[in-house]
Amino acid sequence: MLTLEDLVIAQGNFTLHADLAVPGAARVAILGPSGGGKSTLLGAIAGFMAPANGRILWQGQDIRHLPPSERPVSILFQDNNLFPHLTAAQNIGLGLRADLRLSASDQEKVRRALERTGLQGLGNRRPAQLSGGQQSRVALARMLLQNKPLMLLDEPFSALGPALRNEMLALLKDLAKETGATVLLVTHDPAEARLFAPLAIPVADGHVHPPADTVALLANPPSMLAAYLGRPGGM
Amino acid sequence: MKKISILAAGFLALAATASAETPVLTVYTYDSFVSEWGPGPAVEKAFEKECGCDLQFVGAGDGAALLARLRLEGVHTKADIALGLDTNLTAAAAESGLFAPLPAPRPTLDLPVAWNDPLFQPYDWGYFAFVYDRTKIPTPPTSFRELADSDLKIVIQDPRSSTPGLGLLLWVKKAHGEAAREIWEGLADNIVTVTKGWSEAYGMFLEGEADMVLSYTTSPAYHLIAENDDTKAAAQFTEGHYMQIEVAGKIAGTDQPELADRFLAFMASDRFQEIIPTTNWMYPARLPVSGLPRGFESLIRPDTALLYPPEEAAQIRHKALSEWQAALSR
Amino acid sequence: MASRAQPIGLVRWLGGGAAALVLMLALGTLGAVFLHAEGPGGLGPADWAALRFTLLQATLSAALSVGLAVPLARALARWRFPGRRLLIILMGAPFILPVIVAVLGLLAVFGRGGVLNDVLGRAGFEPVSIYGLPGVLLAHVFFNLPLATRLLLQGWQAIPAERFRLAATLGFSTRDVFRWLEWPMLRAILPGAFMVIFLICLTSFAVVLALGGGPRATTIELAIYQAFRFDFDLSKAAQLATLQFAIGAAVAAVALNFATETAFGPGLDRPVLRFDAARVWLRAVDGAMILAAAIFLLAPLSAVVIAGLGQITTLPAPVWHAAARSVAVALASTAITIALALPLALLVASPGQRRGWHSRVMQPIGYLSLAASPLVIGTGLFIILFPITDPVALALPVTAVVNAVMSLPFALRILTPAIADAEADFGRLANSLGLAGLARLRLLTLPRIRAPLGFAAGLAAALSMGDLGVVALFAPLDGATLPLQLYRLMAAYRMESAAGAALLLLMLSFALFWLFDKGGRFRAHA
Repeated sequence: MLTLEDLVIAQGNFTLHADLAVPGAARVAILGPSGGGKSTLLGAIAGFMAPANGRILWQGQDIRHLPPSERPVSILFQDNNLFPHLTAAQNIGLGLRADLRLSASDQEKVRRALERTGLQGLGNRRPAQLSGGQQSRVALARMLLQNKPLMLLDEPFSALGPALRNEMLALLKDLAKETGATVLLVTHDPAEARLFAPLAIPVADGHVHPPADTVALLANPPSMLAAYLGRPGGM
Repeated sequence: MKKISILAAGFLALAATASAETPVLTVYTYDSFVSEWGPGPAVEKAFEKECGCDLQFVGAGDGAALLARLRLEGVHTKADIALGLDTNLTAAAAESGLFAPLPAPRPTLDLPVAWNDPLFQPYDWGYFAFVYDRTKIPTPPTSFRELADSDLKIVIQDPRSSTPGLGLLLWVKKAHGEAAREIWEGLADNIVTVTKGWSEAYGMFLEGEADMVLSYTTSPAYHLIAENDDTKAAAQFTEGHYMQIEVAGKIAGTDQPELADRFLAFMASDRFQEIIPTTNWMYPARLPVSGLPRGFESLIRPDTALLYPPEEAAQIRHKALSEWQAALSR
Repeated sequence: MASRAQPIGLVRWLGGGAAALVLMLALGTLGAVFLHAEGPGGLGPADWAALRFTLLQATLSAALSVGLAVPLARALARWRFPGRRLLIILMGAPFILPVIVAVLGLLAVFGRGGVLNDVLGRAGFEPVSIYGLPGVLLAHVFFNLPLATRLLLQGWQAIPAERFRLAATLGFSTRDVFRWLEWPMLRAILPGAFMVIFLICLTSFAVVLALGGGPRATTIELAIYQAFRFDFDLSKAAQLATLQFAIGAAVAAVALNFATETAFGPGLDRPVLRFDAARVWLRAVDGAMILAAAIFLLAPLSAVVIAGLGQITTLPAPVWHAAARSVAVALASTAITIALALPLALLVASPGQRRGWHSRVMQPIGYLSLAASPLVIGTGLFIILFPITDPVALALPVTAVVNAVMSLPFALRILTPAIADAEADFGRLANSLGLAGLARLRLLTLPRIRAPLGFAAGLAAALSMGDLGVVALFAPLDGATLPLQLYRLMAAYRMESAAGAALLLLMLSFALFWLFDKGGRFRAHA
């Protein structure tokens, strides 16, 4: 379980408040308007910015003072998820050992991860030689090997077409099920949220709201979300 | 030796010093003296043959740099002999108190001027002169005034950074006294440029950048003897020519006083003096029995040798320098 | 908090050590001269005149070099043609030539008896004389245009291909590309390039004298020389050196303050295609620019080659020994340069430090040696070493270290932005993956900076090869480096052998530069 306890994140004159809990093995969509603080929230959980106040707990342990790599977290950004000078296999291998000193069994794991994500035979290619969808698969394969209980995704598929995006979400769903990880997915798209995440966390005006049922939330959005969704608000 | 790691060569020199059983005589001199094409290697060989010692030359820039080096090291210097000062430096060198009186008896010398400095013994000498190409200038100027009135272009050296440059400064001052500034003003439009050192100037002259270059009356001998080229000559000036006398002195704190005295005596011997003309391209301070090499007889012989005594040279150079700067900066 | 990205402990130690070494060589030697000083000191009107001339020539030289480098680097950046890389490398040669060789090469083309006046004379024109300020500027542009061009070219190449692709889809004209992509890059790079070249010209002296035409062209470095050898006034020499540092510091402060940071974001290392520059007349302008620069830079070089060609096979043995010595010193010096530059650059460019105190303190220290007087460094080092050991025995190792510190500013200039870019683009990803310590260096930093690293190493090797350096101040009889041997040949009237030695020096400098530079690009993936 991920618990954000009275969390305050300050960036310049923007502050974000959060006080909520996310159950284990949940798939959660983070919804809200641009600039509402979605990426900031992920950044704080992943360890790229320090909270001004409050605590971040994973299974009851405060993880605030851990560096990003020691947190129970794997993350994909909007872009730059791969090193252009390393091959697909090397990029994936980084999920196992950051120094890439891979044992034979590690190599085997990389090979299986390539296979699992439909990239067989492409391990020696560099990112520039892969399509956008393939690049996303490499990033997901690495996440798979990182095997962290908390997967954070900051709109990593926004550059892909709808069909490809759905394919990636399906793959992500499968991977999350296999590993039993909790997934927080930042998205703009209500349909994507409905398809992927049983739960949704609205983020707007500097406030992170507790998770709610995605379908119910979208059917009957609170006012702060309604404007964003382009529908009249109110219950 | 050549096969050993190059970087180790430097350390080896140190090791050699430390482990040597034979006495070591350390001679500080200017860089071109120790170069493979200078007198150094031959002198070292000849002296070591008779002294049963290890003669070590240490090069330090030019004469002025050599004196600066000695002053920096002070009484702790490892030098036993300093070789390569000239009369523009001996006043400051004597004042440093680092030098011991010369041993008696003093060798007889063949210099155009009398020499009785108690601290320094000459080993060679020469006249400063403007060198030109005979095929290009049939009738060279015969005085500074004629040069100034001509359209000839010259390259000279900066007196602040070069020994010949300082020589020229004192040459004009000695020959023309109060009129020196006027001479420099006349020369201003003849001077193509002023270089840091002799090599730059001479190189530019050979490249055809100037008609004449400040050098020595003995410079044409190199071209004649080494290159079989008789086109280079030095212009003889009626004012006379300023001299450079190169000297050596014994360091007062030497731990090899006898060896140092032997070297000074050797310096006046034929074996040393025979090496000088065709390596340093200067006149030997004492004419060896074999005389001068063939080719030297073709050089000009100035009628008047100009030279300030060391103390006077030291006093006058600041005034001469400001005249030079003022005249050429306009 | 959680940005223990670099092995910051080790890097701090190494960076601190490197900074200490630079401080010792640049300021420690000055301090040693001050402490040892005798003589009245005090600056006179001639010194202030020297200061004025120094400022004038250094400012103009830097402005001209950088100003001409902009169109040249742009032409080279947007035009691919066979032999382009070779041309870029060849045009870099003047920067690594010993002063005396370069001056004679320049004069063979632009001098009174040079090719240019020969042609003018035949065409019935009056001969032109370059002596005076024009000659000084000509020589300084000759030396520094290649460096400025390389620095700017690096900036151009740092703009990812994706941005030019985007520009093409948006229908950007050349002017739009300049305004939205190139100008922001130039704003970031020009001040630094100007500063580096200003500092190089600040301490110039032999060139200034040789082409300056007379004592009007007196720089501070010459005044230092005079204080040393004409007056043996060490106080004055030290005061002048301090003045030189003060000017350097002031210019560096202004330049670094002017520099903005680029934020082009990362790309996928695709080859750059310049759709905006495909127009015929632009090609013609670019082509003319490249041709003019190539002639200006390569003609004097050809003169050096031609002069030396007949001599190189008959060079006396001591020249070859000196060449071997020089190569060894250059290799050692290169290793030291990189060992000093990498930790310093990592420290300066590490995340969170770009405006932090590391950056503010370490960066200027890295550039200190540019404003240092070589004469003061040599003398100070001598004063420091003499009581401890025999400086003559250490001549070659000391030369390697001093040459390394002299190359350090260039290595820093090249490496720091590359490391900063790598960090800006991929630092977050690396942090999330726990890429730290040596693994981060091996998997992120070094692969991202391979090409700049090769360039920096090549430059360090070539600079060390060509630099007369401190070895001239205390070289043992059999310890001469190639540049010193070249001077010795000239001093012994052997100008022709010297020309051969100059060609050998040029070829060796070049080979070293090429090997390192190529090594940096070898299998650097597109």
